[in-house]
Amino acid sequence: MKSGMMRSNLLLFIFPIVLAFVFLSSTVLSASDLILAKVDRRIDLTSQIVRITASLKVENAGSDVVSEILLSFPENQAKHLAYLKATLSEGKGKVKTSSGVGLPIEAIHPKDVPPALTIYSVSLPKGLGKGRSLTLDVLAVYTHILQPFPEKINQADIQLLLFQESAQYLSPYAVKAQSLTVKLPDARIESYSKLENAKLQGSELKYGPYENLPPFSFLPIVIHFENNQPFAVAKELVREIEISHWGNVQVTEHYDIIHAGAQSKGEFSRLDYQTKPYLRGASAFRHLVAKLPPRAHSVYYRDEIGNISTSSLWGDSKKTELEIEPRYPMFGGWKIAFTIGYGLPLQDFLFGLDGKRFLNITFGAPINELVIDNLFVKVVLPEGSKDISVSVPFPVKEWQETKISHLDIVGRPVVVLEKNNVVPEHNEHFQVYYKFNSLSMLREPLMLISGFFFLFVACIVYSHADISISKSSASYMAKLQWDEVQATIQQVHGIINRCLTAHDKLETSLHELSRTGDVQACKATRKSVDSSLKELSKELKQPLAFLQSSPQAAQILPKVEELVTKERELQEKLILKHTTAVEGYEKKLGGREIENRIASYQQKITALRREIDDLMDLIDEI
Amino acid sequence: MAASDAQNGVSSIRHAFGNVLAFFILLLIGVLAFSIRLFSVIKYESVIHEFDPYFNYRVTQFLTKNGIYDFWNWFDDRTWYPLGRVIGGTVYPGLTLTAGTLWWILNSLNIPLSVETVCVFTAPIFSAFASWATYLLTKEVKGAGAGLTAAVLLAMVPSYISRSVAGSYDNEAVAIFALIFTFYLYIKTLNTGSLFYATLNSIAYFYMVCSWGGYTFIINLIPMHVLLCIVTGRYSSRLYIAYAPLVVLGTLLASLVPVVGFNAVMTSEHFASFLVFIIIHVVALVYYIKGVLSPKMFKVAVALVVSVGLMLCYGGSTYSIGSIKPNKGMEWKKFKSVRSFLTSLLCDSTYASKYIPIIASVSEHQPPTWPSYFMDINVLAFLVPAGIIVRLMLVLAPAACILSGIALSQAFDVFTRSIKLQLPSLSDHSQVDAGVASPESVVPNDSVKMDKSEDTSKERTSKKSKKKEKEPVEKPLSKSQIKKRLLVLPLETSVIAIILLVLLGAFYVVHSVWAAAEAYSAPSIVLTSHSHDGLHVFDDFREAYAWLSHNTEVDDKVASWWDYGYQTTAMANRTVIVDNNTWNNTHIATVGTAMSSPEKAAWEIFHSLDVKYVLVVFGGLVGYPSDDINKFLWMVRIGGGVFPHIKEPDYLRDGQYRIDSMGTPTMLNCLMYKLSYYRFVETDGKAFDRVRRTEIGKKYFKLTHFEEVFTTHHWMVRIYKLKPPKNRIRGKTKKSKSKTSSKPASKRKGLKRNPF
Repeated sequence: MKSGMMRSNLLLFIFPIVLAFVFLSSTVLSASDLILAKVDRRIDLTSQIVRITASLKVENAGSDVVSEILLSFPENQAKHLAYLKATLSEGKGKVKTSSGVGLPIEAIHPKDVPPALTIYSVSLPKGLGKGRSLTLDVLAVYTHILQPFPEKINQADIQLLLFQESAQYLSPYAVKAQSLTVKLPDARIESYSKLENAKLQGSELKYGPYENLPPFSFLPIVIHFENNQPFAVAKELVREIEISHWGNVQVTEHYDIIHAGAQSKGEFSRLDYQTKPYLRGASAFRHLVAKLPPRAHSVYYRDEIGNISTSSLWGDSKKTELEIEPRYPMFGGWKIAFTIGYGLPLQDFLFGLDGKRFLNITFGAPINELVIDNLFVKVVLPEGSKDISVSVPFPVKEWQETKISHLDIVGRPVVVLEKNNVVPEHNEHFQVYYKFNSLSMLREPLMLISGFFFLFVACIVYSHADISISKSSASYMAKLQWDEVQATIQQVHGIINRCLTAHDKLETSLHELSRTGDVQACKATRKSVDSSLKELSKELKQPLAFLQSSPQAAQILPKVEELVTKERELQEKLILKHTTAVEGYEKKLGGREIENRIASYQQKITALRREIDDLMDLIDEI
Repeated sequence: MAASDAQNGVSSIRHAFGNVLAFFILLLIGVLAFSIRLFSVIKYESVIHEFDPYFNYRVTQFLTKNGIYDFWNWFDDRTWYPLGRVIGGTVYPGLTLTAGTLWWILNSLNIPLSVETVCVFTAPIFSAFASWATYLLTKEVKGAGAGLTAAVLLAMVPSYISRSVAGSYDNEAVAIFALIFTFYLYIKTLNTGSLFYATLNSIAYFYMVCSWGGYTFIINLIPMHVLLCIVTGRYSSRLYIAYAPLVVLGTLLASLVPVVGFNAVMTSEHFASFLVFIIIHVVALVYYIKGVLSPKMFKVAVALVVSVGLMLCYGGSTYSIGSIKPNKGMEWKKFKSVRSFLTSLLCDSTYASKYIPIIASVSEHQPPTWPSYFMDINVLAFLVPAGIIVRLMLVLAPAACILSGIALSQAFDVFTRSIKLQLPSLSDHSQVDAGVASPESVVPNDSVKMDKSEDTSKERTSKKSKKKEKEPVEKPLSKSQIKKRLLVLPLETSVIAIILLVLLGAFYVVHSVWAAAEAYSAPSIVLTSHSHDGLHVFDDFREAYAWLSHNTEVDDKVASWWDYGYQTTAMANRTVIVDNNTWNNTHIATVGTAMSSPEKAAWEIFHSLDVKYVLVVFGGLVGYPSDDINKFLWMVRIGGGVFPHIKEPDYLRDGQYRIDSMGTPTMLNCLMYKLSYYRFVETDGKAFDRVRRTEIGKKYFKLTHFEEVFTTHHWMVRIYKLKPPKNRIRGKTKKSKSKTSSKPASKRKGLKRNPF
């Protein structure tokens, strides 16, 4: 019952197409002498990307030399066509040496072809003479051509897809013999158009052979089958390739991915997904594999809210493989956005040629079997690059931008390439040529160095310069005077300190005396100390005079004067003590007696000393 | 003379050398403060942490994208649906503006860092600034040596690290710097009496007001200090200059911050400063009059002024009491912070938990335990002669660091000096030889030598104040030296004490590094666990937020407990009903009520709030303890506080909160229970909850009004969708809707009248 309904549904939407071709077959394209002697077609339906390879054996039955071959596609296929490549296959039998270079292809619009057909013309390198034949391999890659049916499924359902094609090769030329093989995934096949000579062998479905078909033969077939391959489609992918001549090519890829298979509806139960992942969640994909170039390093995988920890990386000398797991399993219709970044060694991708440099890197995304609806490739060249030109093997939209990055002044030139509907077949190398002076590399380090240099110079200048606003204001003058006063006080302080040191010398000489009894040495010391003290007191006069004259010092002056007088007193007492002690030794008096004699001095000296210390501290604190 | 010049030259070189050394030590301290906070980035990743930082991050994003004017006028319709929130007027803008300015400067220098990176590293950068500010403050108080020690201590005090690791993008991160710097400028003004510094001080205070509600701390502490100075008779013109401009300018500037506004003159926290402002003027007047009048006249004047002044004060105080407004209208967060500040000051968090459950439900507002006190300031606890235990660890930390810095540097000073005095061989001074007891000296040792040794100690530890470094090398015995000599301790004691101090310091460093690495680095949105087969990462929160952000409509409303509000708006970019800015208790109570109600009633509440998704956090599968079931009693309490039909005893069996078979029927039928445990039994067949360590009470049940739309890998976040209203009851809901819409404000009443 259910399948019957489905079939009628299918018929409904195949009907108009059939109608169009019935209509079309009556019209005749410009008379052509070409005949397709043999057509072998293989359709690969194992992933979301449909690849149809057709090997055409073309014969020229006419008399004129033919230099181009026309390929026709029905409308519903043409709008999904992402990639078309035709190669000449030389040699015979199984050993085919297909030269990798594709032949030039362009879309043409002959007048007598209805709009439902899109015609591409393949130019042959040399004309096909009369009676000659050649083999042409045509690879056509389609995206979004598999339609999920039903469109919405539950978590437990499997994903079923519909695919429509013509069992007979649609061509403006007559076809002598043709066969069709459809490769399906190893899974259930819900239904397929059971034509006369349709055969199902394992997962391969064969139609044909058909012989002696007139031009524009069309025999619609529909296949309804299960496919649980990831339907990862990047709505938008921005690849930014930044060249640093310091040895790195940094690639940053921003993905915006959706699961474009059958939409998920109803509940999502983690329990079901965890316990029976292949039964309850077969249509979901949990990881993607990206094949990065060898020697890729510093790989990261994150999104706007941080690092995503579920990824693994392994690699050898030929490739680096990165397996990334999105934050959550991707069910039909679910979306996610993330960023992958990695660095590549510069010498693997940047080459020099005739004074120019060129970057040679792949165009598409590294993720396997990913369909990209909108791809932007941005090549960020170093600042100061000139004469930029791009060579891409297929047509792309191209323009230039400027990006301002670390320490740039004018910004880096950016070449932007835009392409819609990108499939892995587009992973071809493209080249960006530019001129760049190696000396420009030094600009940024020099800028940094000079920046720091000027900073330090500014610091030095600042610390040595007087940046007061007004040099004549009262407060400024007062400050200057005060500085002077302070300096003078410091001077006085130093002198007094030296006096005190001299006193200490006297004291120590006394100790010497008590130990050695060398009276002469002691006297000599006293003499020298005496003279130095005198000198010091002379020295003291000038700063004292300055302090007395300066109004700023009025506050501190009494203290200083007191200090000086106290010091004099102490000096006298010390000399006295010294003399007494020396005399005592000279008179060979007993140690005790000497001590008794100097005891009175000693007391005063200690007291004075303490007072002086207090005063010194006080002055010091100003 | 020549010799003295040479000595002066040597001393100035030494002085310069000391300065350079101090500069490099400070630089290293800054590097230390910065790098010790990078554990979170190294161990986890460069990501914003926890809850509040996500809000700050979102605000910063808005600021950098839309500019300052839009920021001031920002009405955020993504939160508090359907009320919304005026962000510009209710947020302390200091942190956001700081990070925004940093970002702007970097970008205008063509250093294109992302806003996130700038936000992540703002806190470590400001920690370095804070330790430099500590140096300045302590230097101003006690000298460069103590300053350096305090700066080192602050650079790695765990309490401060806990709030300023990389990614912890919170107000406190910049506020602590502002706090210390404000105090430094205050002390500087006190020491110099310069109006320049006074102005700077006001500006620093303004920055503090911009940054954190804790500015009340400053505006209460400084008046207290001023008052103390006046009472102890230390009034001077410098005190006046330090204080009066701060109050006038500071208050004017503070009222420029929208969130403070007129609160700067109308709330009780600021009255102390105004009172002291009046007092200091009275005192200044008294001092002036004293100088002008003769003593006799002065006495008469005092009598007159005192009587008039008393009357004025009385009048003024009655007026101000009359004008204190109740805080109800204020932003709740501020209220909360102030209240918690006060309650914690009073060591009385029971008050809050009794009357306002939402305040008590915030873990930061719980009284700290001794272990956490030790954890947060560690050995500093022994060096600080104070024993206040309040939840003001953060504010306490700088004070503890400064005091400990002073204590440590003094202790080192004493011990190293004693050692140097007693080890003459260290010195090679050749003026006199040792051995003879000098009459004045207690210790029979060479005394002159200590100049040299002191200078070496200067070089080595920079413990001497700058002023002393200026002194000439040749310095005779002086009283201070004698004093120092009197302080000399026995050699063995000093050596042992130094070793102990070094050990203590080492212990502190080890503890701080451990705390930074292990205790405070977890970003809390990513959890890790070490098992026998290595590290396991639990990234469920971001998984859920990413799912919400990519797979729901932009205008869908998500209901969850308020803890996850900020994260949901920031990471998932979806409208939430309540968030961590808990300003509207009723709204939170509504969500709490919904969570505590049975499914149907809850559905009605959520539906009336236009909610499409309900998010719950569930730790039962992996044993994550801070999940919604453990927070559930707070939801009941807060909900019950507004809607009396929710009664806490209904959820408790004999006063115990349990979810096993002994749980009350109310508990086992409430929405939170159902959403948490929906189909949980099918995981292991027994439904064993690893957090509660028990089997759950009700194992098999179906949801009728909600459907599961997403559950994360470890089941930590579960998201449910409200089922659309059934056709059959459409008429009924329409009727009730028209009824509610006919009466203004009846929604809440309707909820209150909820039949359950």
